[in-house]
Amino acid sequence: MSLPSWLAKRLGEAVIVLIGLSIVLFCITRILPGDPARIALGPRVDEAAIQALRKQMNLDKPLITQYFLWMKGLLTGDLGISLLSRRPVVTDIKEYFPSTLEMIILAVIVQFVGGLGLGLLSAKYVDTWLDGIVRIFAYLGIATPAFVWGILLILIFGYWLPILPISGRLTEGLVPPAHITGMYTWDSLLHGQLGLFWDSLKHLILPGFALAMGVMAQAARIFRSSIVDDMEADHVYAMRAYGVPENRILTKYLGRLALIPAISVMSLDAGSQFANAFIVESVFNFPGLSRLGMQAILNKDLNAMGGILMLIGGIFVLIIILSDVIVAYLDPRTRLQQSG
Amino acid sequence: MKTFNRAMDSTGNAIYKFSRNKVSVVGFFMVLLVVVVAIFAPVLAPYPKSAGALIDFDNASKAPSLTHLFGTDIEGRDILSRVMFAFRGALVMGLGVIAMIVPLGVLVGLFAGYYYGTFIDTIIMRVTDIFVTLPALLLALAVASLGRPSLFHSMMAVAFAWWPYYARLTYSQTSSIRNETFIKASETIGAGKRHIMFAEILPNCLAPIFTKMALEIGWVILMGATLSFVGLGEQPPTAALGTMVSDGAQYLPAQWWISVFPALAIAFIVLGFNLLGDGIKNMVSTEVL
Repeated sequence: MSLPSWLAKRLGEAVIVLIGLSIVLFCITRILPGDPARIALGPRVDEAAIQALRKQMNLDKPLITQYFLWMKGLLTGDLGISLLSRRPVVTDIKEYFPSTLEMIILAVIVQFVGGLGLGLLSAKYVDTWLDGIVRIFAYLGIATPAFVWGILLILIFGYWLPILPISGRLTEGLVPPAHITGMYTWDSLLHGQLGLFWDSLKHLILPGFALAMGVMAQAARIFRSSIVDDMEADHVYAMRAYGVPENRILTKYLGRLALIPAISVMSLDAGSQFANAFIVESVFNFPGLSRLGMQAILNKDLNAMGGILMLIGGIFVLIIILSDVIVAYLDPRTRLQQSG
Repeated sequence: MKTFNRAMDSTGNAIYKFSRNKVSVVGFFMVLLVVVVAIFAPVLAPYPKSAGALIDFDNASKAPSLTHLFGTDIEGRDILSRVMFAFRGALVMGLGVIAMIVPLGVLVGLFAGYYYGTFIDTIIMRVTDIFVTLPALLLALAVASLGRPSLFHSMMAVAFAWWPYYARLTYSQTSSIRNETFIKASETIGAGKRHIMFAEILPNCLAPIFTKMALEIGWVILMGATLSFVGLGEQPPTAALGTMVSDGAQYLPAQWWISVFPALAIAFIVLGFNLLGDGIKNMVSTEVL
């Protein structure tokens, strides 16, 4: 099966899954909690106001109609009004998405470089003290939840060695750069405001690291074990006998093969990263999409909750497909299997 | 004892293999410590009353010392005792959720795998696909927020988010075993579907399921701690590790011990189960082909 038709098939499956997800989310946000209008307005409002809100939220129509109205809204970009901020959910999302995006980009870079780098180092010096340290770090990193990393990082770098800021996106009093993408780091770079760039980057470091630690440890571990498993293989001995330098064996041959499980793991963990971002943003008081989503969930802001979770589900599906494409590129066997 | 499961061929052999791996033995003892502390918390804790609603401002916010190894919180409760009692909730969450989702997930997966290639299979697998699409933590958060926060609700939420993974694992095992010769032979001589599913297929799936279970108790506890960090688990004054971390976060850095010790306790439990699970995985997988 060639790449385009394989891709089309995956996308088709993805659409079906997303539809199913929308049904599940619809149930969670409309059916399970009882009366959404009453929840939104609180217990002390009179009946007339509740009825008015019910009409506005289309709650008086049959469930199937409600579902289709919601889906139509989803597809046209109207996710309803947030019950908390009284603004359209889409506006809220557009406002807060860039900050989460830049934090996640930093986290992805860190975990990619850090995880693969550590794994490679550990495999090269296998069974030495360096390997031991990396392995211990990997175990600890996996076992420690993101919010614990957040608190530890706050303690260490915010208080004991106060070199990094621990909340918000910019230091008090600084004016954010003019809006191009909404991401302070990129915008300030594009405007040439290097001081601003450095400041916003500093604010991203701690949350980004807290988010990246767990996945970095996981990736390091898997990368290392894949390489170590192969290091005594026949073809590697042959290469050494031919005089191929050890470093090239590690990076070009073993590394490329070991990338496959590492990337699969990282993409699967991307989903849990989105979830962990919810907690990390709350710990660091970082005004991002995840914190918005967290508040939506805790305050039962059903419109926002449904919209944000749907968005995250969609992004996750895309990430999985993307990583499958990358894996298919890296490992021709998966591509050839499809035609079997 | 009927040893149809090749993995558990000889218990003595398995224990020997397990004990060879030092790291897993460490994990085993860590978990043992957690379990013992949880069960005997009222006896072992130096200040058992601290686990509930205690106000003792004379002793409030004391740094770790010989009398209070983990210090005290702002209400004067001993943190070490609270952590010990919090182990109970954590274990209940971990074991309870696993006990719920494994039978359910395995049954569903077995069923779907047995009817591989048919309509039933497709429907069941699409349903699990949907659950897998959304990160488990988010699903659990969303569901847990719907009811009144309590340990039971958070357990239900985590179970709701987690069962599909067991179904998928069992499904992939079942569907690959399903077409083996010995299954076809059983069908030929007239064995009923129930017999085939439970007496022929299931025992050969058990190894990866056990491994997954052992490895995942830690993650379930982690998820429980995350939920209680946000306030969706056991409510005060019951001691819960996540809640203790979030309550103490506002007192950083001055009274750092209020947050740090429960946080370390979480990492300790999860690490213990992870190491134990790794050991079980090695033990089980080296026996099977």
